[in-house]
Amino acid sequence: MLKVSSNPHIRSKDTTSRIMQYVVIALLPATVFGVFNFGLNALLLVLVTVATTVLTEYIYDRCMKKKISIGDFSAVVTGLLLALNLPPKAPLWIGVIGGVFAIIVVKMLFGGLGQNFMNPALGARCFLIISFTSIMTNFDCDAYTGATPLAAIKAGEGAPGLLDMVIGQTAGTIGETSMIALLIGAAFLLAMKVIDLRVPGSYILSFVVFILLFSGRGLDPVYILSQLAGGGLMLGAFFMATDYVTRPITKNGQYVFGIFLGIMTGIFRIFGPSAEGVSYAIIIGNLLVPLIEKVTKPTAFGKKKTKKEAA
Amino acid sequence: MAKLTFRGGVHPYDGKDLSKDKPMKTIVPKGEMVYPLSQHIGAPAVPVVKKGDRVLAGQKIADAGGFVSAPIYATVSGTVKTIEPRRVVTGDMVNAVIIDNDGLFEEVEYIPHDPEKLNKKEIIDLIKEAGVVGMGGAGFPTHVKLSPKEPDKIEYVIANCAECEPYLTSDYRRMLEEPQKLIDGMKIILRLFDNAQGILAVEDNKQDCIELLTRLTAQESRITVMALKTKYPQGAERQLIYATTGREINSSMLPADAGCVVDNVDTIVAVYHAVAEGKPLMNRIVTVTGDAVNDPRNFYVRIGMNYHDLIEEAGGFKTEPEKVVSGGPMMGFALFDLNVPTTKTASALLCLTKDEVSALAPSPCINCGRCVEACPGRVVPRKLAVLAEHGDEEAFLANDGMECCECGCCSFVCPAKRQLTQSIKSMRKTLLGKKKKA
Repeated sequence: MLKVSSNPHIRSKDTTSRIMQYVVIALLPATVFGVFNFGLNALLLVLVTVATTVLTEYIYDRCMKKKISIGDFSAVVTGLLLALNLPPKAPLWIGVIGGVFAIIVVKMLFGGLGQNFMNPALGARCFLIISFTSIMTNFDCDAYTGATPLAAIKAGEGAPGLLDMVIGQTAGTIGETSMIALLIGAAFLLAMKVIDLRVPGSYILSFVVFILLFSGRGLDPVYILSQLAGGGLMLGAFFMATDYVTRPITKNGQYVFGIFLGIMTGIFRIFGPSAEGVSYAIIIGNLLVPLIEKVTKPTAFGKKKTKKEAA
Repeated sequence: MAKLTFRGGVHPYDGKDLSKDKPMKTIVPKGEMVYPLSQHIGAPAVPVVKKGDRVLAGQKIADAGGFVSAPIYATVSGTVKTIEPRRVVTGDMVNAVIIDNDGLFEEVEYIPHDPEKLNKKEIIDLIKEAGVVGMGGAGFPTHVKLSPKEPDKIEYVIANCAECEPYLTSDYRRMLEEPQKLIDGMKIILRLFDNAQGILAVEDNKQDCIELLTRLTAQESRITVMALKTKYPQGAERQLIYATTGREINSSMLPADAGCVVDNVDTIVAVYHAVAEGKPLMNRIVTVTGDAVNDPRNFYVRIGMNYHDLIEEAGGFKTEPEKVVSGGPMMGFALFDLNVPTTKTASALLCLTKDEVSALAPSPCINCGRCVEACPGRVVPRKLAVLAEHGDEEAFLANDGMECCECGCCSFVCPAKRQLTQSIKSMRKTLLGKKKKA
């Protein structure tokens, strides 16, 4: 007996787990840099957080008698992203609590992969910032003391050298400091066609335009580059705003989403009390995705002309 | 010049090397021949023979059942065994005339015509009488297509020589081996439309065809050869019109609304046979290919032959196939039984040792957007599939579900291996059925 199925009878080689593995690979340069930059505790945080997210998803699936879903690697991505968003000297239990929150509350309770309405890693980070503010905003470590570059700029103190910021030798979360390492990973994702420039491009561009207009610094290249390199923007724009599940699926919607994130980040950074704003901007953006998708419904092939004719 | 193309689409493995260099081979049929009365879109044909009648090859055995319908001809000589429902490629049982082939191949006499001396009505009548239908797969009666309300408004007659489906090489062989018939067929169709230019639209993976046709049409002021970017579904009617003329039509419009008439290579050759040689539609080219057959080939087949015989002519199965598809891998029908006849619309028989599709388990959609990127209809397949699965007809229509052309690109690219095309297709079938009833 021959097998029958609906067309098409061939499929591309891409799979969900392969895409997720690419994202993990793309995050490795920033991870490795973070570990070398910040030391053993950073390494342990990464390992503990990733182990927590994977184990939590496994246990949840077992308890709920669902198919074990950790093979899709999405829990690894969540754990890694969360770890890269933690301060290097944070205690390990922070990673455990964050990992459990990301998987259970943000992801699985809403139906698991593909159903969560906000990025699990960012949801958990914001939960941690609100619950453990002093731990989550303390970036003191052996290598660097004091404020992150953005906080220093905001306070009017001298920021670290530009080169240090681009390379990543500054205070900050484990994975956000090195612009170069993050861009290498981003280039890999772009080359493998896992992401495209619609969201990150419009995000970064609109952010630059916003600070040009409202920062009061005018066209100050050092200031602009510090804003790009000094905080979580690169990590957020290329790895978290591009999260498939929580960004619009329509092409025009992706531009709208990116521009919205750029403006929100600008507002938070310039007018807000904190020097950072990427995480909150993306989370608020995530919440608007259904609305954005609704208003950016693409025009079907051949429909444009008839509309004009009718008008 | 920028390559002519459209937005969206995919680049699957094309598999054409298996059969592309094998010239057309004529097969002599034996045993019983089956002629389903519905080999076209529209009303089924009505049999004009009865059990026990002796028929000749080229004799009409069923007449058109209405304006949108087409007659059917015997392709061998023999006796009418019976008229009964038989299984066809779609899996349906369709009433069919069965003829016992006597192996003598006695033919009726054909009356050739000089196309230059025929008027438009005579040309269309000849095409209608010959039972010519769209042979690319849809099977729409060609005489209906060639009779638009305002023939003077037709500006382009487009020959669909794209052959964008992977593995298929039947149109390629036809263009290479009988290019003059294609060109003469095009000239006949152009006679129907005084203001039209003829376009031979070929994908650029067939450079030899492009060169050959360009050379042969050098003196034809009304015919141009256009190279298209190789991309699936470049041969889809609406995408083809867009690529060649820049005009867009939606699902509720006809090509004629954009001043176009589109016909497939084999259809145009059938028009040539019908008008210039006076021969009804009796043959077509079928590519028998895939990794499960010993000798992938292109066959010149008499319509009505059993698929088993085609496989046998291709050297039989190398290994037991897991899946056999009538047509190309993107849009063809999977067969559960090979005991079906070759019809006017059967372009290929693709035999695969492994069915990669049934082995894949669909996983949750991750909203990656690849389906949106690939969709030539510019809809959101992910959303339509969900609406279809929920049975939400109203929202499905509001989201342009009917603009889907079922090309299969969304399912092809989906990393979660979801059956997007299948869900959307089922919903469309339901809605089209309702529309028909209303």
